[in-house]
Amino acid sequence: MSHNLIPLKRCLIALLSLIPLLAFQVNGCEIRGTGDLGIVIERASGSIQVINTSQRESLGRIEGLGDLSHASAVFSRDGRYAYIFGRDGGLSKIDLLCNNIVKRVIQGGNSIGGAISQNGRWVAVSNYEPGGVRIFNSDSLELVADIPATALSKEKYSRTVGLVDAPGNRFIYSLFDTGETWVVEMDEEKPPTIQKFTDIGIQPYDGLITPDGRTYIAGLFGEDGLTLFDLWNLEKGATRILNHYGRGEQKLPVYKMPHLEGWAQAGARTFLPAVGRHELLVINTGSWDEVGRIAVHSQPVFAMSRPDGRQIWVNFAFPHNDTLQVIDTQSLEIIHQMQPGKGILHMEFTPRGEEVWVSIRDKNRIDIYNTETFEHIKSLPAETPSGIFFTHRAGQIGL
Amino acid sequence: MSRTIYISLLSALFLAQQCTAAAPLSDTRKAEIGHIVQQDCGSCHGLTLKGGLGPSLDPARLKQYSSGFLETTILHGRPGTPMPPWGALLTTDEIHYIATQLRSGVWYVP
Repeated sequence: MSHNLIPLKRCLIALLSLIPLLAFQVNGCEIRGTGDLGIVIERASGSIQVINTSQRESLGRIEGLGDLSHASAVFSRDGRYAYIFGRDGGLSKIDLLCNNIVKRVIQGGNSIGGAISQNGRWVAVSNYEPGGVRIFNSDSLELVADIPATALSKEKYSRTVGLVDAPGNRFIYSLFDTGETWVVEMDEEKPPTIQKFTDIGIQPYDGLITPDGRTYIAGLFGEDGLTLFDLWNLEKGATRILNHYGRGEQKLPVYKMPHLEGWAQAGARTFLPAVGRHELLVINTGSWDEVGRIAVHSQPVFAMSRPDGRQIWVNFAFPHNDTLQVIDTQSLEIIHQMQPGKGILHMEFTPRGEEVWVSIRDKNRIDIYNTETFEHIKSLPAETPSGIFFTHRAGQIGL
Repeated sequence: MSRTIYISLLSALFLAQQCTAAAPLSDTRKAEIGHIVQQDCGSCHGLTLKGGLGPSLDPARLKQYSSGFLETTILHGRPGTPMPPWGALLTTDEIHYIATQLRSGVWYVP
């Protein structure tokens, strides 16, 4: 009899030793906060990596997400779920704790990003094909509203761009082909209401909302200037800013459309990448007058402010996408330049900005830098990485 | 005199064109161009070339255009649209190669 007890005892010890592990894992999901997590888009392989910015490590890869060129993400307000917007119309809900796809729908043929509502109930996706915006229940990904854009012909509708969330559970976006901005207000009890502003400018190509949620700005590709809406006084409609910007000057070919999402606001100044120019525009926050321009390495794509507003990090369009420049927002001077490799597609700061993660597509890696010393801290392997998105976006208007 | 210079310039240009036309693209350069098309053209036309801000480059759709039209579009861009001129970055031979490859659909992911 006693000879049977020894294996049992060993077995018990082995089982007991597993308890600490079990305490952190329930059904393969981690029990932890998500405030230092994020995702990296691997554009060519249709996968993402879930990453941890405290340990600076990858927590795993999730595959089967379709065409992720130009993919972006927003987060649920609890920071647990990421909603990934793929180019091929795929909308995927990812659980960062369980490292899996909770739900995935193909909601359109060709998409260009999305937003989550103020209360976290709705996720909106901006589509090129079919042109318009579709709004989903963030829980179930069931379609709540289908809002086709202005028709261009029997089958074609204007492409929609620059979709952001705004206070009051509103979604705002612009129509590339017809030069409009639409404001959609969501309501639990009744269908969404849509307010349409026409003739806002030729070919709006992207939009942004200020961090306070008050001002929506659409960048124009087809003409000079930008179009602004004061959401506190929406009845005033569209206002043109920087109207004389670039008039009469020959623009350079634009090999990559700049993004406004990562625009930078640093105190009284706002920094925007200029379209088709080797410049950043410096504008006065509030009056929106141009106060200067900063000559940079090439055509800027993203101009992103460190969370404290002290630095702006800028990357560039092809064929100069191997360079990063850092601008000091007090002196407006370039204080650092580096060339970590070809295909620098995106940058994301840790929540309080002490480090920045940079995706270097052609090197198949993510670089992590100290933003004060510019020291390279670590690199992580990633397959053709593009967008990097950290969960602190969950609490920020417009991100 | 100026006429002689003009003629010799023209001949030089003609020769230069012949020479570049005669030199086939290296496999390395072809691979680089394939990468540029997928990644950089792909930022507007989609990595699969099914379209985005730029139209789909589905070979079935491209059949309606002549190779010359595609080459002119790549070389000079399409004014009034976001399509930029690529002439400053690519040679005419490289553009011809791109147009041919696009029409054959080798880069297109159905």
